[in-house]
Amino acid sequence: MKTVLGNLFVIKKHRRTGITDILAYLYLFAGVIVMFGPVVWLVLSSFKSPNEIVKFPPRLFPYRQVTTVVEGYEQPLPLYKVIFDDGTSKTLAQVRRVGIEAHLVDPENPGEIIKVNINQRQPVEEIYFGLENYIEGVKSFDFGRYLWNSVVVTVVATLLTLLVNSMAAFALSKYRFRGRQTIFLIMISTLMVPLSVVLVPIFLVITKVGWNNNLLGVIVPAAATPTGVFLLRQYMLTIPDELVDAARIDGASEWRIYTQIILPLAKPALAVLTIFSVMWRWNDFLWPLIVLSKSEYFTLQVGLASFQGELNVQWNLILAMTVLTLLPITFVFGFLQKSITTGIATTGLK
Amino acid sequence: MMEQSRIMQAKQAFDAFVDWIYDFIIYLTDLIFGTLQRLIGTKHMPYIFVLPNLLIFGIFILFPMLLNFVYAFTGGASFFPFNRPWVGTVNFERLLACEVYLEPRTCSEDLFWRAVHNTVGYVVLQVSLMVLFSLITALILNRRIKGRGFFRGVFFYPVLLSPIVVALIWKWIFQDNGVLNGILVSLGYNKVPFLVNSQWARALVVFISVWAFMGFYTLILLAGLQSIPPELYEAAAIDGANPWQSFSRITMPLLMPTMSVVLVLALIRAVQVFDIVFAFTGGGPGTATLYLVQYIYNYGFSSPNRQFGLAAAASLLMGGVLIILTLIQLALQREEN
Repeated sequence: MKTVLGNLFVIKKHRRTGITDILAYLYLFAGVIVMFGPVVWLVLSSFKSPNEIVKFPPRLFPYRQVTTVVEGYEQPLPLYKVIFDDGTSKTLAQVRRVGIEAHLVDPENPGEIIKVNINQRQPVEEIYFGLENYIEGVKSFDFGRYLWNSVVVTVVATLLTLLVNSMAAFALSKYRFRGRQTIFLIMISTLMVPLSVVLVPIFLVITKVGWNNNLLGVIVPAAATPTGVFLLRQYMLTIPDELVDAARIDGASEWRIYTQIILPLAKPALAVLTIFSVMWRWNDFLWPLIVLSKSEYFTLQVGLASFQGELNVQWNLILAMTVLTLLPITFVFGFLQKSITTGIATTGLK
Repeated sequence: MMEQSRIMQAKQAFDAFVDWIYDFIIYLTDLIFGTLQRLIGTKHMPYIFVLPNLLIFGIFILFPMLLNFVYAFTGGASFFPFNRPWVGTVNFERLLACEVYLEPRTCSEDLFWRAVHNTVGYVVLQVSLMVLFSLITALILNRRIKGRGFFRGVFFYPVLLSPIVVALIWKWIFQDNGVLNGILVSLGYNKVPFLVNSQWARALVVFISVWAFMGFYTLILLAGLQSIPPELYEAAAIDGANPWQSFSRITMPLLMPTMSVVLVLALIRAVQVFDIVFAFTGGGPGTATLYLVQYIYNYGFSSPNRQFGLAAAASLLMGGVLIILTLIQLALQREEN
């Protein structure tokens, strides 16, 4: 056991493929199923029709019944495979159902109606990825408005976060002024106080400011994140002070030094903060939940949570909306996987 | 070729345009800040730079933190601090009054103690399982694996999902007519009431939060593993160390600092568990998955007779625990450096 464990967890340079490699890959593939399987299942389910979605036990793929146009009938008719008493079977189109009797016609020969017991027929189905849930969901769920609110919150809050925090980080890293240490210490000490601890008083402040049911109430309060200041300040400390001094001698104003020297040089740190801010804001739930109580101001996350809490849960619509909600983050991750993972590994932030 | 050079040209034109806009914004804003600088002098400019941050920070973080104490030491139903009578430590006494601390039923605020019990159970189980699985995954990813980037991405992907999405994904799987019960029934077993049974609900909340967050800790542990110099393993191999020895004598001791940071971070997050559970079980069945933050949320925002004093006192108690945990983390990080 010990050797197996040891081999499993240690890198060796020259070796053949052994039992430990197989175990490692087994673990990883099991990981793929557990980590990714639920998301795949969500996406597959989101295409199922309302009838299909309540079917138990569920089937892997979304199906729909094949229909065909038969001469003499206006609507397309659903196809069934009928097994006759003599054991032969045939694919027929159902015209109507009367009690336990089904009336079917042969599409080739629509004149003659064949009557069989409903237990003798099986629906003919095909795999079908239809967008019906998505279209209906977007309509009944007010998806457009929630999406717009989420986009506004994410974009504006990220821009504000970058601006406000980089300004403060610039002052804290490139100037010596009275109160600098105090300001920095106070900020760092509040790093450890999470939002969940100050829920009640923050709600009072937002009410007093009049930002209840206002996207500003979601955007502004968390914009001055101590984490952001800290991250940017540490990076700006590595920018040589000589650059700032030289620009000052050339007559540049402090604002120009900040915008034309410091910001361009701090791009890598700003990029990391941008990624974090987008993730935080897009996925944020507790804060918007408290600030926003009217549904027209809901962000996607709050909207989704309230939609699923309603009495008659329409899973087919909820699943489709869930897929739409996770799409943007998934795309961002697909394109920026490397910088996201290295950014997180180096800063230890999430 | 033609196509490519045209794309290049378009890109250059676009970049020039962006630069031009940026320069224009700087020009406009410099009119304001340049004048300001002339008025107050260069020496005072840093205050201008920290001002926006300090304003937001002071109004929305620092001030509410102080206000929280006012709420905790006052009573009554009013939301506005000036209308609240001073009651001293009554709120804390109510929260902490218990005949037998292991029996929430004997406490005057039984829901609070139920939440404390649930949270402690959750934290112990969730943190240990998460650290264990993150460690195993990081160690395996640290081997020479084909497609390491892909596997790392797979384990990390759930971290990016919002708590609500995570909860919905799993609710869909575990619900009464969900795919898991479907598999059980087609294998000939009975359905399991995953979301109705208290024990199951508690276990699943732990499982889901491990699923959702472990990629983050795996990433940090992997970075820790990769900073161990490979020469150490080579030297150990020359000295005849077997793999178990190199693991227990090199990997584990050198990974310890990272491990302890991961442990404390996971603890801090686990104490504050809220949104995933809120959307997954809503605290139920009954009070089986009622945790501290939801208790505070319920008293502060959703219960018909809101008790801000109790909510604030409870959050101060939780804040105290979190600050102790963070101080431990800072001490550990200092040691590491």
